[in-house]
Amino acid sequence: MTSPLIERTDAAATAGARLRRVQPTLVLAILVLVVVLAWAVAPGFFTPVDPVQGDAAAALQAPSFRHLFGTDATGRDMFSRTVYGAIHSLSGAIIAVTVGLVLGTLIGVLAGSIGGVADDILMRLVDVLLAIPALLLALSIIILLGFGTTNAAFAVGITSVAAFARLVRSEVVRVRHSDYVEAAFGSGGRYLAVLVRHVLPNSLTPVIAYAALHFGTAILAISTLGFLGYGAPPPTPEWGLMIAEGRNYVATSWWLTTLPGLVVVLVVVSANRLSAALASRR
Amino acid sequence: MTTLPQKILPQDLAAAASSAGAAPLLDISNLSVSYSSRGERVRMVHEVSLSIRPGEVLAVVGESGSGKTTTAQAVIGLLAENGQIDGGSIRLDGTDIAGWSPKQFESVRGQRIGLIPQDPNNSLNPVKTIGASLSEVLRIHRWGDKRATRARVIELLTRVGIPEPEVRARQYPHELSGGMKQRVLIASAIALQPDLIIADEATSALDVTVQKRILDLLDDLRAESGTALLLVTHDLAVAADRATRVVVMKDGRVQESGRTERVLGSPRADYTRTLLRDAPSFAAGYRTPRSLPGTLSRDLPGAGETESVPEEVPGIRVTHLVQEFARGRRAEPFRAVDEVSFTVPRGTTHALVGESGSGKTTTARAVVGLVRPTTGMIEVAGQDLAALTGEAARRFRKTVQLVYQNPFSSLDPRQSIAQIIGEPLRNYGRTTAAERAAAVADSLDHVALPRVLAGRRPRELSGGQRQRVAIARALILRPEVVVLDEAVSALDVTVQAQILDLLERLQDELGLTYLFISHDLAVVRHLSHTVSVMNRGRVIESGRTADVFGSPREEYTRTLLDAIPGRTPVTAPVTATPTSPHTP
Amino acid sequence: MSYILRRLGQAVIVLLAAFTGSFLLLQALPGDALLIKFENPELGLSPDQIAAIRESYGADIPLPVQFWHALTGFLSGDFGYSVQSGTAVRDLVAEVLPDTLRLAAFGFLAAVFLAVSIAFLSTFPRLAWVRGVLRSLPSLFVSVPVFWLGIVLIQVFSFQLGLIPVINPSPAQELILPVLTLAIPISAPLAQILTRSVDDTLLQPFVAVVRAKGASRTWVLTRNVATNALLPTLTIAGILCGELIAGAVVTETVFGRAGLGRLTEQAVAHQDTPVLQTVVLVSAVVFVVVNLVVDLLYPVLDPRLTRKAGAPA
Repeated sequence: MTSPLIERTDAAATAGARLRRVQPTLVLAILVLVVVLAWAVAPGFFTPVDPVQGDAAAALQAPSFRHLFGTDATGRDMFSRTVYGAIHSLSGAIIAVTVGLVLGTLIGVLAGSIGGVADDILMRLVDVLLAIPALLLALSIIILLGFGTTNAAFAVGITSVAAFARLVRSEVVRVRHSDYVEAAFGSGGRYLAVLVRHVLPNSLTPVIAYAALHFGTAILAISTLGFLGYGAPPPTPEWGLMIAEGRNYVATSWWLTTLPGLVVVLVVVSANRLSAALASRR
Repeated sequence: MTTLPQKILPQDLAAAASSAGAAPLLDISNLSVSYSSRGERVRMVHEVSLSIRPGEVLAVVGESGSGKTTTAQAVIGLLAENGQIDGGSIRLDGTDIAGWSPKQFESVRGQRIGLIPQDPNNSLNPVKTIGASLSEVLRIHRWGDKRATRARVIELLTRVGIPEPEVRARQYPHELSGGMKQRVLIASAIALQPDLIIADEATSALDVTVQKRILDLLDDLRAESGTALLLVTHDLAVAADRATRVVVMKDGRVQESGRTERVLGSPRADYTRTLLRDAPSFAAGYRTPRSLPGTLSRDLPGAGETESVPEEVPGIRVTHLVQEFARGRRAEPFRAVDEVSFTVPRGTTHALVGESGSGKTTTARAVVGLVRPTTGMIEVAGQDLAALTGEAARRFRKTVQLVYQNPFSSLDPRQSIAQIIGEPLRNYGRTTAAERAAAVADSLDHVALPRVLAGRRPRELSGGQRQRVAIARALILRPEVVVLDEAVSALDVTVQAQILDLLERLQDELGLTYLFISHDLAVVRHLSHTVSVMNRGRVIESGRTADVFGSPREEYTRTLLDAIPGRTPVTAPVTATPTSPHTP
Repeated sequence: MSYILRRLGQAVIVLLAAFTGSFLLLQALPGDALLIKFENPELGLSPDQIAAIRESYGADIPLPVQFWHALTGFLSGDFGYSVQSGTAVRDLVAEVLPDTLRLAAFGFLAAVFLAVSIAFLSTFPRLAWVRGVLRSLPSLFVSVPVFWLGIVLIQVFSFQLGLIPVINPSPAQELILPVLTLAIPISAPLAQILTRSVDDTLLQPFVAVVRAKGASRTWVLTRNVATNALLPTLTIAGILCGELIAGAVVTETVFGRAGLGRLTEQAVAHQDTPVLQTVVLVSAVVFVVVNLVVDLLYPVLDPRLTRKAGAPA
C-alpha cells in the first residue's frame, strides 16, 4: 500500500500544477465582473456624486480627474451614472438568465428524458421560438407587457428559452445513450435514480457555461432595448439609455457614448471569457 | 554477405547487393522528440536510432505511448503542431531532413516517402470521390496531364485489387468498405513509387481476414518495386510474419532491435520477453477442462454423451434467437441475429467469435436483456427472460452483468471509483455507507486494485485500471453470469494478459459463467472452454474450443484461423542461410 | 421523397404555430384588454358606445372566424392596417423593403468576407500573436453593442477622420458605415463556427494523409479543408437571416435610415401591433424557408447524406 506521505505529495503536486495553469485573462475577467458587481451592490462606495442631479455649471466637460467619464449636457457626472447603472444591467441580466435557464431546462429535460410525442411537441414549440429573431421576439413581448426594465429583462429571458431547451435536450439525450447510463440501468438502477445520479449532473455542466455566456448576451440585449427607449425611462442611469442620450452630442462630446459603451463591452467580454473557462472544465 | 537481411525476395537481391556496403535508405540516429502541453515540454521519444536498407521491411513494435507513431511522424515531417525534434538526425539517402522546413518536406512526401494511415475510415476526404483523392498525389507532384492521370488512377486501382475501378473511382469513401478504402490509400501511397512506405498501424482497424489480404498485397507490391517498408504496429505477431528486422520500443526508448528471428527467438530485453509472453497468439495451449468444475465435461457439446448424470440448469441457454431491426417503413427488416442457439454450462466460458457485423454483440445484448428478441428464447440461470417485466426484470439484473468494451465510456466521469463500484448495492435494498465502503474495499482487493483508488475519478486511472473497476462493479452483486463484450479489445497486450488472468481467477473462485464476445481468436483460445463461430448473424460452427480451432469443419472458420498473424513459428534457430517463409 | 414531405410538413407546422401564437398574443389578447379599458365605468361610456367600439375592433366575431380571416388575409398578402397611420401594412412594408434588402445584402456579404478571412488567416501557424489576435476577434465582435458600434464608427470616420461626410454623402458613402455596423456582429458567430470547423477538419486523419502526399498548406486548405469546413456553416444560415433583420432595426435607427427596421422601431414605440406582427411573421417565414432550403440542399452538397445503395466489399 502507498504510504500517506506519498499520497500527500501527490495531492500537493497536482494542486501546484493547477495553480500554475491559471490564465491571466481569466483572472482579469473575474476581476472585472467582481468590480461591476460591487458597483451594483454599493455604488455609493465608488462615487460620492449623485447620478441624477446635475451641476449645470459643469455641463459637457471632457473626462478629467474630477469627472473620470466627463459630464453630460445637464452636468451629470458620467462615471457616477455608469456606476449606478450597473444595478439595472446586472439585475436585468440575472432575471433574463433565470427565466431562460429555468424554463429552458424544464423543457429540455422533459423532452430529452420522456422522448416520443412529448419530445416532438416540445421541440416544435422550441422551433417556433427559434424562428423569430431574438430582438423581434423581445419587442413582441414588450408590446404585450409594456415598457420598463423588468419587462425588458423578462422579454430577453424568453428569447433564450429555445436555445437553453435545445442545449439541455441534446445533452440529456447524449448522456442517456452513454454506456455508463446503460450500465447503471444494467446494475438495477431505477429510472429516477439514474436520472438524478447520472443524467442530470453530466448534462448540466455545459448548460452552466451557456448560462454565463447568455449573461453577457442578456446585458447586450437589455442595453439595446434601453437604447431604443423600451427599457428604463429617463433619467434612470441605464447604460443603453445613457448611450442613446449621448448620441445627440456625438460630434462634440465623444465621451458620452464611448466610455459607457466600453464598460458594456468589457463586462460582456468578461462574461464570455468566464463562460469559455466553464465550458472547458468538463 | 552475412549482413544481408534474412527474408529476401528475388527482386530484392540486386538492390540489396548494390546497397549492402552503401549507406542505408533511412538512418535515424539519437532522435529525440518532445511535445509541449500546457506550457511544459514532455519528451516522448528518447534518442531513438534505427535504420532501414532499400527494399527492407522494418517493424517498429510497441504499446500505446511507446513513441513508435511519433518516430514515424518525425520521419515524414508530420509531427503535431506542439511537437518538436530536440536532437538527433534523420538521414534519407544521406541527407539529414530532421531540420527541414514544411516547404522542403513537400517534395519528399508522396514522392520519396509514402504513408499508409491507421484508420482507413477517416483517412479519405469524405466529400471527394475516390478517383479525385487518388489522383491528388499525382496532381500535387505534376505527374502528368489529365488524361494520363486518369489512366494511371484506373491502373493503380486495378493493381491494388479493386474490382470495377471505373465505377469505384466515381464513388465516395462512405460507399466503400474499410478494406477497400485501405486499398485505395495503399494505391495512393505507391502511386509515385516512393523508396520508403510508412505503414502506421495500417491494418489495426480491420477484421483479421481483411488484415491478412491487405498485408499480403503490401508484400506483393514491395516485392514488385523494391520499396522499403516501415511497419509501425502494436502487434508482435504481424511483425513476426512480415518484417525482416524488428525494433521494440517502450516509453519512447528502443528496448531491443535486430533480425526478427533473433529478437523473437531469443529476446535480450526483459520487455520483449514480457511482450512475447503476453501476446495471446504466442501462448500455446487451450484452457483445459482440468481447471473446470467436475460436471463440465458432460455438458460440453460432443463430449461424454454416454454418461447419464441428472440435468443441471445451465448458466445460459439460447434457443433459436432471432433479432431483427427495422430499416424504415418499406424496407425489409435487417436480421442481425438469425436462429442462434447455444448453451453455456455453469462455471464455464463460452465465446462468440466473428468479424464485425457477425451479430455477436447483438446476441450478447439480448442475453443481458438490453434488447428484446424478435423470436426465440433466452434462459439465464434457469430464468426465461421473456417472462420478466417491470420490477421482476430489474431484480433479475442481479443475476447477469455486462462488461463493456470501452472502459472510458462505461464509467460515469463525475463519480468516484467508490461510488461507481458501490452503486449497484444502492439499487438493491438498503445499505449503509459503511457497509458499502467495506464492500467496495473488498471488491478492489478482488480485482487487484489498491484501495486508495476508491476516492479517485475515472480520468485519473489508466485503461486497464478502469476495466478492473468495470469488472468490480459487475461482480459486486455476485452475479451468476457475466457477459464480456470485447472487454479486453481496447487494451494493450500486457494489460490484456493481466485482465484475462484476472477473469480466469475470478471464474475459478466464484464459479462464474462467462459469455465472452471477441473478434480476437487468439484471446478467445486463451479464456474460453467452448466457442461459437458467427458469420452474418448465424452460428456456423460450435463446440469445444480445442476442437473447433484444432480441426475446424467449416471453410469460414479455417479462413479466420489462417488470418491470425503469428501462426508461423518464429522460434526457429537463426541460420546464415537466407530463408523465405512467404515464398512457398 | 418521404423525407422531403416530412420536412415540408414540419416547416408548415412551425409557421402555422408561429402565426397562431402571434395572433393570440398580439391580436386577440390586446383586443380584449382594450375593451376592458373601455368598459371601465369611470369612462362613462354607454353600452351602445361600447358595442360600437367592439364592432369596430371586430371583437364580436367569434375568435375562430377572426383567426380564419387573419390567416387567409395573411396568405393573400393582406396584413391589415397600421393602427397609427391607417395605411395598409403591405404598402408600408413594400415602400421600405428595397432599402433594407440592400443594406442586408451588403451586410451579409461583408460579414461572410470578414468571417472567412478570420477563419482561414488564423490557421497559419507563423506569427503566433497575429493568430491570437484573429482568434479573439469573434468573441470581441459578439460582445459589442450594435448601436454603440454604429455611433463609434460615425464618431471615428465622420467626425474624427472626416473620411465620410455627414452632410450629403454619396449613396456609396452613405452605405459604408451601416453595412459595417451590421456586418461586424453578424460575422462573429459565422467566424466562430468556421474557425471551429476548420480546426476540426485540420485534425481529421485524412488531412494528415493529404499532407503526406506532399500537398502544400494552401493546397490542403483550399482543396480539402474548405469544402468540409464550409458545410457546417450552412446550418446557421437561417439564424443569420433573422439576425440581419434584427440588426437592421438597430442599424437603421442609429443611422436614421428608412427601412423595415425603422418601421419596426416606430411600430413598437406607437404600439402598432399589426405592423410588428407582420415583420415578425415575415422574418419567421424567411427563417423557416432558408432552413428548409439548407436541409434539402445539404444532402446534395454532402455526398455522405445521399443514401445511394453502395456495393460494399
